[in-house]
Amino acid sequence: MAPILKAIKNNSFFQRVGEHLSGVPLLGWLLGALTAVSLELMIGGLLARTLGMFGVPALFGFRIMLKTPALIPSALVYVVVIYVLPTVVVARVTEAWTNKIAGTLLGLSPIVALVLHLALLYGTLHLWGSVNDYRVLVLRMTFIAVMTTLSLNVINGYLGEFSCSHPGFLALGAYVTSILTVLFFVDDDVFGSALLPPALGPFLFPVALVAGGLSASVGALAVAIPSFRTRGDYLAIISLAFTFIVKSLIENLEIIGGPRGFMNQPQWVPLPVVFVAMVICVAIIYNFVRSTLGKATCAVRDDETAAGHLTIDTRRTKIVAFLFAAFWAGVAGGLFAHVLGYVNPGTFGLLKLSEVLAMVYLGGLNSVVGSIVGAVGIELLREILRPLEIVRWIILPVIIILFMMFRPTGLIAFTEFDVVDALRPHRVEERGE
Amino acid sequence: MMPLLQVDSMTHYFGGLRAVYDFDLEIEKGEMRGLIGPNGAGKSTIFNLITGMYKPTEGQIRFKNVDLVGRRPYDIAGLGIGRTFQNLRLWRHITVLDHVRLARYAKINYRLVDAFFGTGRWRRGEQEITDKAYSFLEMMGIERFADEIVTNLPYGVQRKVELARAMAVEPELLLLDEPTAGMNPEEMVEMMAVIREIHDEFGPAIYLIEHRMRVVMDLCDYIQTLNFGEVIAEGTPDEIRGNPAVIEAYLGEEEED
Repeated sequence: MAPILKAIKNNSFFQRVGEHLSGVPLLGWLLGALTAVSLELMIGGLLARTLGMFGVPALFGFRIMLKTPALIPSALVYVVVIYVLPTVVVARVTEAWTNKIAGTLLGLSPIVALVLHLALLYGTLHLWGSVNDYRVLVLRMTFIAVMTTLSLNVINGYLGEFSCSHPGFLALGAYVTSILTVLFFVDDDVFGSALLPPALGPFLFPVALVAGGLSASVGALAVAIPSFRTRGDYLAIISLAFTFIVKSLIENLEIIGGPRGFMNQPQWVPLPVVFVAMVICVAIIYNFVRSTLGKATCAVRDDETAAGHLTIDTRRTKIVAFLFAAFWAGVAGGLFAHVLGYVNPGTFGLLKLSEVLAMVYLGGLNSVVGSIVGAVGIELLREILRPLEIVRWIILPVIIILFMMFRPTGLIAFTEFDVVDALRPHRVEERGE
Repeated sequence: MMPLLQVDSMTHYFGGLRAVYDFDLEIEKGEMRGLIGPNGAGKSTIFNLITGMYKPTEGQIRFKNVDLVGRRPYDIAGLGIGRTFQNLRLWRHITVLDHVRLARYAKINYRLVDAFFGTGRWRRGEQEITDKAYSFLEMMGIERFADEIVTNLPYGVQRKVELARAMAVEPELLLLDEPTAGMNPEEMVEMMAVIREIHDEFGPAIYLIEHRMRVVMDLCDYIQTLNFGEVIAEGTPDEIRGNPAVIEAYLGEEEED
């Protein structure tokens, strides 16, 4: 939502429309979006066929436009009629109500307000995803990308180091979590029959995820100890080596399938599970970077000497932030393996690294919203451009290069984002990101 | 009774270069001392040795009867030594308020887990830090800049932010490295008043490096003159003023006042 709103804001033609809608609180937009996806469920298929398309466009019609340019007008009409108009109209019409409700909720308790907004968001995404399985997969991958990107931002943005070890952390998390779940809850050829009743599995799955995260943290310790003694490029080099070591280690461990990969992961990660995991991850990282303990990472980044002279334990700060970030990458890796039901070491190489780096730098350093925007943006872009096949590996890097040239710090960098502010009613002319 | 800070025959070499030689210093509680000397005399090196940025080649440093040699800077600062830097070392992406808040790091009373889950203990801890930070900003008269990023502020204000940040450590010893460098005469007079006010109100011992004679002469009770890493003269401002060795060390340099 945010990048679209931003693009609209920057266009002078839409500026007046934007002003007209500036009184709509977040609650109103969510309500509008929910209406739009409900509408799609009811008449989407009918409208799509009437417009000459084969069925409901999977990703806002972009893929149809790329595949069959003749259908561009139909796809545009579809997007406007199904998504844009209902969202805007409902948001505008209910403005007075939603402002009142948002105010009451916040007055009641910010936590209640937040949970309600998240529930509304999840409901919208769930309905949107219920159209087909492909959408559910894209959503789950996007949530995992958000976790990965945000955790990398803690290192490359907040701590200001350049780390290339994220694919390694993802791999560690993916494999450790998978091994645990398969060992304990699945009858497998290699690991034998399940050690615990499979019915317990879904309840103990979070434990396996945490174990995967912790294993990534242990790996991170191996990177941190040699590289945080000094500042500079050492971390980049050592962390890159770490990624390759993890990858070739897995490739050479026959018991977990070597280069052929590891499969049989139980299907315990439907959309709500991944969504909740992402919300917890975002919430904890958000709390961390806003606390004084977390902001110490920024002080270390901006001037380590000064930080040390003002009572900040610089070494501890760096190691804590690094292990913390690695933990969430590990958890994301565990989810990733279980969403696909299969992992192989080839996934966790340079391509993955460049993808995550692109998400961090496109979204913006040092910003929680930035990382969310970057992850969602690139993940969607990648899916949208899929019909172009090989060409998308030219288009994506070009987009990144253009961003580096014209917006070097990313879309939304160094922005403090206040949740309570975002949920606030918009009766006055103030307006959130 | 031990002095607050005691430095005994401290010597420091950078490779083959002798930066500080056989340096002695005693600072009593609440005292104001000055350190002067031409450029490159080793004044800042002495500060850096006290605060743990460098480890002295030889010699002893004791603060409140604790041995400082070999301790890391954050540890030394936590004992109650605040400092400012010659060329402002502010954090360029961080707001004024957060500068002061971060200097309360050693006094954070919640754990990492509290921060992760946003517990009540974390909230109270942060509120305490914020309230305290505002009191230091108000003391410097810069509370209206609280939410500004430091790089957007005028130089004089930046200097005050740095001083507020050093004071947030609640130092018993405050090391000021050329606090009036780069200031015009009005700003200089204002900064002198601020330093005096800090001293009267909180009573830390102050150890001051200055190039401007007027500042040291006005503020300090006792002054040391350093040249090529060695103390060539020390005494009260009046004694220093007439000392031929001091005049010689500064010969060719224009006194700014």
